[in-house]
Amino acid sequence: MISFEKSKAVVQAQYLIQTVADNMMRPVSRYFDEEEGEIPWDYIEFMHGALRQMGSASLTPDHEKQKEAEKAKKPRQAYVVMAHQIEMLSWGDVGFYLCTPRGGLGSAAVESAGTPEQKDKFLSILNGEKPIFTSMAITEADAGSDNSAIRATAVLDEETNEWILNGEKIFVTAGRLSMENTEGYTVIWASLDLEAGRSGIRSFVVPAGTPGFKIAKKEEKLGIRVSDTVTFVLEDCRVPYDHILGNPKIEKSTEGFKGAMQTFNVTRPLVAATGLGVARAALEEVKKMLEEQGVVLRDGLPRNKMTSIERDVIDMERMVRSSWLLTLKAIWMSDNKISNAKESAMSKLHAGDVSSKVTQKAVELLGPMGYSREFLLEKWMRDAKITDIYEGTGQINRLVAARAILGYRGKDLR
Amino acid sequence: MYSFEPNEEQKMLIDVAKRYAETDLRPAAHEAEEEGIFDPKLIEKGWELGILQASIPDTYGGFGDRSLLTSVLALEELAVGDMAGALSILAPSLFVTPILIAGTEEQKTNWIPPVIEAEWKAYTAAMIEYAYDYDPNELKTTATLDGDSYLLKGEKRFVPFADQAEAIIVYANLDGKTQGFIVPKGLEGLEVGEREATLGTNGLQTFSLVLDNVKVPKANRLGGEAGHDFAPILAAAQTSLAAVAVGVARASFEYARDYSKERFVLGSFIAQKQSIAFMIAEMAAEVEAIRLLTWEAAYMLDKGEETAAHSAYLALMGAIDMAMMVTDRGVQILGGHGYIREHPVELWFRNGRGIASLTGLVMG
Repeated sequence: MISFEKSKAVVQAQYLIQTVADNMMRPVSRYFDEEEGEIPWDYIEFMHGALRQMGSASLTPDHEKQKEAEKAKKPRQAYVVMAHQIEMLSWGDVGFYLCTPRGGLGSAAVESAGTPEQKDKFLSILNGEKPIFTSMAITEADAGSDNSAIRATAVLDEETNEWILNGEKIFVTAGRLSMENTEGYTVIWASLDLEAGRSGIRSFVVPAGTPGFKIAKKEEKLGIRVSDTVTFVLEDCRVPYDHILGNPKIEKSTEGFKGAMQTFNVTRPLVAATGLGVARAALEEVKKMLEEQGVVLRDGLPRNKMTSIERDVIDMERMVRSSWLLTLKAIWMSDNKISNAKESAMSKLHAGDVSSKVTQKAVELLGPMGYSREFLLEKWMRDAKITDIYEGTGQINRLVAARAILGYRGKDLR
Repeated sequence: MYSFEPNEEQKMLIDVAKRYAETDLRPAAHEAEEEGIFDPKLIEKGWELGILQASIPDTYGGFGDRSLLTSVLALEELAVGDMAGALSILAPSLFVTPILIAGTEEQKTNWIPPVIEAEWKAYTAAMIEYAYDYDPNELKTTATLDGDSYLLKGEKRFVPFADQAEAIIVYANLDGKTQGFIVPKGLEGLEVGEREATLGTNGLQTFSLVLDNVKVPKANRLGGEAGHDFAPILAAAQTSLAAVAVGVARASFEYARDYSKERFVLGSFIAQKQSIAFMIAEMAAEVEAIRLLTWEAAYMLDKGEETAAHSAYLALMGAIDMAMMVTDRGVQILGGHGYIREHPVELWFRNGRGIASLTGLVMG
């Protein structure tokens, strides 16, 4: 039955996180934007402690609890709750959200592609005394969204039963937090056989401190500056055999690769949620600042009676809301195990547009105040732009969505 | 807890509406538009699907409880078939729904069953007025108390089936507030004007209506002597129009999508070119986004949430842009063929623009 009722879990999560956002993010948002490279330990420690107390391994849904819910025939809502958490954290500060310990893309990959043993091993360590980060490294200098072009390699050393990883990965989010600042791990995408193309690509868990692994470069960015983005270099980096996620054998089919791509069906709406959190922050701030400037924003007028500013604000509002619902539907499908390649790509491309447009409009509407670093509007405009870039650019997501809509495969539409 | 899956009853209704839209409405749409009339037999067939009847409690001759959400789901499907057809079938809802929302018990018992229990008859409403800034909350048509009656004065436009209407709900400005009045046919001063000619939806017969001090008994004021709150009626109209917009846009999107897979140009199907494929992806996303916004508004209205009126308004604001964006692209993707009236995309393009102007023409 169609329902737009927030569950208790969602309401609680929103309430809790808004408090965190108000107290631990917004007051230092500007500082960490200006001081790129500093680590927001207060926030990290706090979130680690809070999540630990709540008994959740990370923001990522607990697979055991999910199973229990399934057995009890309760509706699954873990991802929907998570989307709300992420949206609210990003409303606080999306860069900070990316610095949320106990999880990240690395653990999400384990969650979606790992065996039960791997899940136990790599998810339970998140629950330790000290905060831990995980990251995922896919992109290479010549392999962005076209990850079949990955050149990093994984070779099995049959004598020691270890995988030997070689290659270079760029643009790794939280790479430093996961591999240098905490005892976390990263998930590296590499090829078992460069001739095999996509069917040869697997992902490997590489723990912090593994010999042969190093961080080569730290990027300076337009926005989300508090979150680190780095380059990894792997030189004969060895990990145990059971650190491979998925089938170690190369099958003719690309099932393994598809499995990896499934991760995106979950992460894309979650990334959409980050952008929409920023957009909502900008929208609310614009309304507040305009009102402080003496602008009355009237509600319910027909288009032709509105001022230009009223039109802009209502457009922003409906864009944010409709995009959010699109995102919720996509992630709700993940909870309910309904295939959502199309919906997740659509939510991402839509939210990428919306978060950019809304935050840019917000700066415009406040005139010189929008442009000033005295307020956060300009920062949010910079922060929001990443939504349309990572986890597949808006253009790549258009390709993915269009293929799904048209019933095309990669070779039909590229 | 959030859910995006219609219940069994809704699925059945969607199915019924969809089938009718495909097999009856769509094939008749072109001729109806060109001739300016929908075959009454088709309208009767659509009426018999019981979409309106299903949301009227049995006390008043129907067989279900009112759910705007359910109506919205059906309305979208009908509009995928044809907007003018959908609006024609549901014209009686323009009369019944406001009474159900805001009428007194007596008004409900007197006026609803004759509409619901019979075959399709022209019952309608007059809300729209000629003004660039037409605003249902600030109508120019006035109602003035005169002894035991109200005098209605003004001019209404785009009134569906006004020429044959048994009764019309006329919306007028009473001391600055919009109020509905039940106006039966044949009252003195009630003058049906010319058949309207419009950019699109010409299959729906609309007329102008002049009210020259039409004397309406006090008891015919919607909600009785105390009158009524106009907000929920307006919200239902906005949400329903948004649902129609989604239907029209979906029709255009689906047609263009299918066409693009058949049209071969410069070595590939046009759907295989990013310029077209990206347009299609954006159309799909926008239709779905506004669709959910419309569902949410309907859901909130059904629940009587405080923010519901704003949700409905927001849905319509979104639907106005979405409908134009998508139907414009529908024409564009078909190129020259899109401009030819043999293909339906040009009609949807014209209809799509109507969403900006037609609040009050449909109410589910």
